[in-house]
Amino acid sequence: MAEESILVIGGGISGLTVALEAAEAGHDVTIVERNPYLGGRVAQLNKYFPKLCPPLCGLEINYRRVKENGRAKFYTMSEVEKVSAKDGGFDVGIKVNPRYINDKCVACDACAQACPAERSDDFNFGMSKTKAAYLPFEQAFPQRYVIDGKACKGDCGKACEAACKYGAVDLAMKPETVNVKAAAIVVATGWNPYEIAKADNLGFGKVKNVINNVMMERIAAPNGPTEGRILRPSDGKEARKVAFVQCAGSRDENHLPYCSYICCMASLKQVTYLKEQYPDSTATVFYIDIRTPGRYEKFYWKVRDMEGVTLTKGKVAKVEQAAGDDVTVTLEDVLSGKKVQETFDMVVLASGMESALREKPLQLGIKYTGEGLIIPGSLVPGIYAVGSAKSPVDVTKSVQEATGAALKAIYSLAAGGRR
Amino acid sequence: MEKKYAVYVCKGCGIAESVDADKVIAAASSHTKVPKDKFKSHDILCGPEGVAMIKADMAGEGVNAITIAACSWRTKSDEFNFPGCVVSRANIRELVAWSQPPQTEETQALAADYLIMGIVRTQKAELPEPGILPDLNDTIMVIGGGVTGLTAALEAAKAGYDVALVEKEAELGGWAAKLYKEAPGQYPYEKLNEPTVFAKIKEAEANPKIKIFKSTSVEKTDGQPGLYDVTLASNGNTEQIKAGSIVLAAGWKPYDATKLSHLGYGLANVVTNVEFEEIAKKGKITRADGKPARKVAFIQCAGSRDAEHLPYCSHFCCSTSLKQARYVREANGDAMAMIFYKDIRTPGQTELFYKNMQNDPGVMLTKAEVKGVAEEGGKLFVHATDTLLGSAIKVEADMVVLATGIVPATAPFQTWWDGMTEAGKKGDAERNKFTEENPRPDGILNLGYKQGPEVPSLEGGFGFVDSNFLCFQYETRRTGIYAAGCVRQPMTINEAAEDATGAAMKAIQVLDHIAKGQAVHPRAWDLTYPDPMMTRCTSCKRCTEECPFGAIDEDAKGTPFYKINRCRRCGTCMGACPERIVSFKDYNVDMIGSMIKSMEVPEEGLRVICLACENDAYPALDTVGVRKKLKLNPAVRFIPVRCLGSTNLVWVADAFSRGVDGLLLLGCKFGEDYQCHFIKGSELASYRFSKVQETLDRLQLEAERCQMMQVGIDDYSKLPDIIEAFVKKIEDDLGPNPFKGF
Repeated sequence: MAEESILVIGGGISGLTVALEAAEAGHDVTIVERNPYLGGRVAQLNKYFPKLCPPLCGLEINYRRVKENGRAKFYTMSEVEKVSAKDGGFDVGIKVNPRYINDKCVACDACAQACPAERSDDFNFGMSKTKAAYLPFEQAFPQRYVIDGKACKGDCGKACEAACKYGAVDLAMKPETVNVKAAAIVVATGWNPYEIAKADNLGFGKVKNVINNVMMERIAAPNGPTEGRILRPSDGKEARKVAFVQCAGSRDENHLPYCSYICCMASLKQVTYLKEQYPDSTATVFYIDIRTPGRYEKFYWKVRDMEGVTLTKGKVAKVEQAAGDDVTVTLEDVLSGKKVQETFDMVVLASGMESALREKPLQLGIKYTGEGLIIPGSLVPGIYAVGSAKSPVDVTKSVQEATGAALKAIYSLAAGGRR
Repeated sequence: MEKKYAVYVCKGCGIAESVDADKVIAAASSHTKVPKDKFKSHDILCGPEGVAMIKADMAGEGVNAITIAACSWRTKSDEFNFPGCVVSRANIRELVAWSQPPQTEETQALAADYLIMGIVRTQKAELPEPGILPDLNDTIMVIGGGVTGLTAALEAAKAGYDVALVEKEAELGGWAAKLYKEAPGQYPYEKLNEPTVFAKIKEAEANPKIKIFKSTSVEKTDGQPGLYDVTLASNGNTEQIKAGSIVLAAGWKPYDATKLSHLGYGLANVVTNVEFEEIAKKGKITRADGKPARKVAFIQCAGSRDAEHLPYCSHFCCSTSLKQARYVREANGDAMAMIFYKDIRTPGQTELFYKNMQNDPGVMLTKAEVKGVAEEGGKLFVHATDTLLGSAIKVEADMVVLATGIVPATAPFQTWWDGMTEAGKKGDAERNKFTEENPRPDGILNLGYKQGPEVPSLEGGFGFVDSNFLCFQYETRRTGIYAAGCVRQPMTINEAAEDATGAAMKAIQVLDHIAKGQAVHPRAWDLTYPDPMMTRCTSCKRCTEECPFGAIDEDAKGTPFYKINRCRRCGTCMGACPERIVSFKDYNVDMIGSMIKSMEVPEEGLRVICLACENDAYPALDTVGVRKKLKLNPAVRFIPVRCLGSTNLVWVADAFSRGVDGLLLLGCKFGEDYQCHFIKGSELASYRFSKVQETLDRLQLEAERCQMMQVGIDDYSKLPDIIEAFVKKIEDDLGPNPFKGF
């Protein structure tokens, strides 16, 4: 790796954008990605708001940019283990976790067919299973299988290794540490859905057919656990009457004090999934404020005016199981002052965004808010943060910040390293 | 270059189980006249041995024109990367072995056709030779000296580029310089900030790389990226400068408050949020009569989120009013601020500032539908319904602040242009009437482009020159010109500064690319360019009209000529040209036409050709293969095209004259939320197809034999049925092409 390279931590839409903009300006970049594929959170989305276009479309372009350009190298299943400032730049130790499948893999599926072990599919938030040898999703890039070291029991006599004609299975792989030198580091670690089970009253994990908004994306996605059919998890019944509970965890001092930026638009978007699939369905959105900034307002009006769509201002107090696996939601309608109690087929909690760094912060002298968001003012020269690592944002703002961060990282290089 | 051909057929991934590779080779060899000894097969072509075999042939025999029949061209690109060679891929894995029944005659014929077409592609392709124009300039012109333009200028200068910063007002700073304070932009979002713009002005003025033009507007922008000739006008004088790329940061204007008389504008002590900044800047919050304003009402969405005024949300007015409520409270401890809102919109961490303000007992916030502001007995009253305080209320205020929204600087001209275009559809008389009744507003760029003087805004985009692509924020339809700040979307000062940095990045990148003769997004790697054989041009102007990026102008005689640095390599001109004179080294009308003509058309049974967008439809077809459980109709031959816009109608004749029974085009969704990354490719293809249907009717070939369908990259589960239905319709309703066998 050249000395004059940029290290990007995170290969989601922010990190990919930083890396590709810098690479297309002629600079060497290394992406460190924890998942076995590039694309991050957006790879799990069914559609983007407000265009309702498939995120795979833009990812396809970005994957092709990676392939054609050649300057953006990446390590999947990897994390930054240690960083030290050295000679005006950074020495970075990257831990590459074993994939147990090498680059000879052709994605023929023979290993998965031979594999007797199963694992919960984290790409689908546990709503389906894969074999321990699996492809994360059909369009995954790189198109290479993975063996889940935890799910593989190793008691099948290496069936996958025997099944692979290409010499791609390597069960002896060990974690490796790769050392790279970087002149600039861009932190683009993104977000995880807030663990909304912590909000006792909202029933997640206890009340059947209460899901969160990212699960709803998977349910609606054609490569999801139901192949895009909106069926509720407990009994596979068509979910035709659905409640969307906004600010589930967000704008709440007990959980996330900030607004998670995307949830209003995400829920409105998910209402369109429902209405498209079941034109006679009903959707109720319980909200504090509808936040559809800028030109997103147009999308809000479109959804608001759809038949069968109700928006009620009020903070949900309780979510409980009703008969037949249905779900009852209780709240006060703050405009009328009346108590509302209504039963639904399924409830979608618009759970917020939590910084992926909250659990395991990067050191690098960075200061964080109580919720693990990077405080940009604390970053030392040569280190930049973008996207939801520093504040919840949507895809457009992530891309804007990422493009700008690529420039800032580049002039760290032009100065011969950290300034 | 003299081509030395070699063809490699992979037998891995189930290909050998699906087809007899030797027979595929025999068929391709006899059909293409490429001698059999140029063909090799391998069990695992992408493996180290397979790749080594190819490299040995390159080194030993000088092979430089390679056809690989294996997996889709979308995979194993590192393994099959042979610099200096023409390489074509024939997809016999996803589209044959993984989506067809094994060892049938049809599967065998399909694989042979893909290999034959792959060989033809190799024969018709050449290595790129970049077209680099001389005398390129790498100054970045930034239009607008507000916070966005200043940031873009400073960031570009820091990266080592010269900047021409053009501001139409006498002073730099824009609206940000008129603020008393800025809303908090950093954690913990408590304190108001002193305006940050003045430091930027000072920095820009001191930076030798930034040349500042004040009281200056752009009278004319001619040329193309790297070669812009810009005429600047200042106080009646003009000056010529050269620029390489442009950041459009012309900003915004407050919505015209005189249209808000129902909210009391025009009454004493009813002011806009911009006017309130001026009041606060004087140090005291006082009424027109000089008395302190103790009760100040803020009315949110004054004009915004209103179908009668601005249908969009202006985004920063909520935090602006919260900030101004703080002014009220800091000026006078007894004073009270009342905010009437539809929704409080403080997205992300700006919520923390909202929470801080909610904790101030002197700030009252209520959701409300404000019905009006009126003066009664010398006092101001706000009338509202549906509030948290009651169903209908009337509140007295010493002063009312209207949170007016923003209008992008690009809107007036765009609105006029749209109106003129609309009127023009009804004829010249209507257009003239429109232009007489509506004086032309000033433009900002005044481009000397055949397709119009400004960057086209989005359809239904209210005059904002935003990108239509959520994941590619700096795409505009004018290469080398990047919009930033509030001309794109309503945004806060901090957001505008970040956006400006991104636009500066793109403005730098384009300079780098044109200097190397390379395209920019979305084909940033592409070294080819459209090279028309102008001696055969009939000046029909279809290319100049259809180019989505305005890359083609016309000379004085009306002959089109390319401004190649504006070109994005979509091939729309290649598709549009009735004379078929536009070619790229590695993609041209003859290539696809020859591929179509090369395939075997059976006398019995149907043959259908499908041209598929290589970014969306084709990957969806690959996914059909990856899923393995789905089958594609074996009568269909899929050919990837760069963009459906590059579809030339001669291919229709090529197909039907060969006896092909149907032609299907799979492209991206078009219309207001179009998904084509070349803007209009699928729409243009659809338009061209509507015309070809008349021709087919005359030939007594049914129009239904040609169809264009809009599909997305995520339509893989629907595609087999879509294709099946098309084939079935031909089979059942139309029967074979009557020209078959002629």
